[in-house]
Amino acid sequence: MMKKKTEITAVPGHQELFITREFDAPRELVFKAFTDPTLLTQWLGPRELTMVLDTFEPRPGGSWRYVHTDAHGGSFGFHGVFHEVNYPHQIIQTFEFEGLPETGHVSLETAAFETLPGNKTRLTIQAVYRSVADRDGIVQSGMERGVTDGHERLDTLLASLQAHNLA
Amino acid sequence: MKRDIFQAIADPNRRAILDLLATQTLTLNGVAAHFDISRPAVSKHVKILADCGLVTVRQQGRERYCEIQVEQLTEVVEWVDQCRQTWEARFDRLDALLQELQEKET
Repeated sequence: MMKKKTEITAVPGHQELFITREFDAPRELVFKAFTDPTLLTQWLGPRELTMVLDTFEPRPGGSWRYVHTDAHGGSFGFHGVFHEVNYPHQIIQTFEFEGLPETGHVSLETAAFETLPGNKTRLTIQAVYRSVADRDGIVQSGMERGVTDGHERLDTLLASLQAHNLA
Repeated sequence: MKRDIFQAIADPNRRAILDLLATQTLTLNGVAAHFDISRPAVSKHVKILADCGLVTVRQQGRERYCEIQVEQLTEVVEWVDQCRQTWEARFDRLDALLQELQEKET
């Protein structure tokens, strides 16, 4: 199977970014991988971390929260609320990383699942942030690496966020 | 400052100039020789790259030498790369899972 390309589009000065990827599977199945908790935990978190789904209610108004725990016991939470869950083509939800010095740096994520010929699916995720600084800060901070490498990375992340006037 | 960098690399010609300078220091004319666009246009692109610190232009005799500033560039590359790496890793795991699920079905 040829490896597919993940495209990230972040236009300078905008508050949003797009993530696009194709999958060799029908969209019903890709959608299921996003809304079935036993499937979601198998791909969302890095392998070296334990991912625990605290709350997962994939329906309008339902909430979600998961926590990654690393080998050193450091843990990182993420949470949000489902706004729309329209099988099999669209999920709209809020997203917030709990490790920031202040709360409220939330983004709105819309995932669109589009059927392509040959039983394939194109996934497009649009994430809209409250500010350009939020978008750049969050992406730039190495948040996910912070999650991967534990406390040292979190320290770096916080320093970096402060540098971006987010703190 | 940062946003200027992203503005700077949003343009395909400027990315091509950076690609070119990544492996060599060239004079402004040397850079222009690689492009179909006019020399003043190349000069303008180089100035934008210089303004945000991605390239330095050094006058030496009659020539102006363009040199890439790798540290600045690394920052930008890392920014996009980290995001891509995270999602690529996720989606690769998802690929494997989707394949597994489809094999079970058949």
